[in-house]
Amino acid sequence: MDDIDKKIINALQDGFPICDAPYRQVAMQLGLLEQELINRLKALLDNGTLTRFGPLYNAEQMGGALTLAAVKAPEQRFDEITDIINAFPEVAHNYARSHELNMWFVIATETPEQIQQTIDAIEQQTGLTVYNMPKNQEYFVNLKLEA
Amino acid sequence: MIEARDRQLLEHIQLGLPVCSKPYAEIGRLCDMPETEVIERLTQLKQQGLIKRMGVIVKHRQLGYRANAMVVWNVPDNLIKQLGGHIGQFPFVTLCYQRPRQPEWPYNLYCMIHGKDKATVLKQLEQLVDACSLSSFDQEILFSNRCFKQRGAVYKNTAVTHG
Repeated sequence: MDDIDKKIINALQDGFPICDAPYRQVAMQLGLLEQELINRLKALLDNGTLTRFGPLYNAEQMGGALTLAAVKAPEQRFDEITDIINAFPEVAHNYARSHELNMWFVIATETPEQIQQTIDAIEQQTGLTVYNMPKNQEYFVNLKLEA
Repeated sequence: MIEARDRQLLEHIQLGLPVCSKPYAEIGRLCDMPETEVIERLTQLKQQGLIKRMGVIVKHRQLGYRANAMVVWNVPDNLIKQLGGHIGQFPFVTLCYQRPRQPEWPYNLYCMIHGKDKATVLKQLEQLVDACSLSSFDQEILFSNRCFKQRGAVYKNTAVTHG
């Protein structure tokens, strides 16, 4: 990843125009040729630097639901619990964290009712208590990270 | 309630926009919709907030952000709004939420700090605690050791009809 790639990533984290030739518009702002921008973006997606290029939806407005959940996975069962939890398609992210509550994951479902169903299923399959910490209030979200 | 044609569009682009000179015309071809209608509908969905953002989703580890800490505090309910707003103003804070307290887990204010390394994150946290006068509240720092899974939410037909 060179400076031009970084410039592209930073610009595209701010947004992407909805118009007939959006890549040309972004390329002009960055002082690049349209084809160069397209080629570099493809490469960044192919090599995994970028997860995705597209829309970020508001889950609640889409009718879906999200929550943050955690379990205390015993050390000797850690890998097994990881496999069980990751196998759920409703689990969007899963992180190991340094705490007694050592596995933290986001559950995203198509309807609010499915959150509890997923939690029940995870509890049943793991035998662990799932801590459910849905958002009460959002104060700030900015997923932009300077490349 | 989301219109059928909007729903069709949202499903087509959820995994990514085409990377070619006229991406919205390409989506139009896939959805059997004129390019102008695709542009109009997406513009409106963005204005309504259903599309929060159009752009790239980065893997923070790939960009060199190796340390990510979730910091939680137990703060009095009457102060949480003010503190949450203050915390969100720091450039290194990526998320700040209020969440319900749990049995044996008394924390109600959460923030996420992404940094290049652990030492940087700890220094930023110190700055945050000082500036927001958080030192008198119970606090825990949970660094992530490993990321097992990271993907966007996927919506099928049913998701969008409940909107």
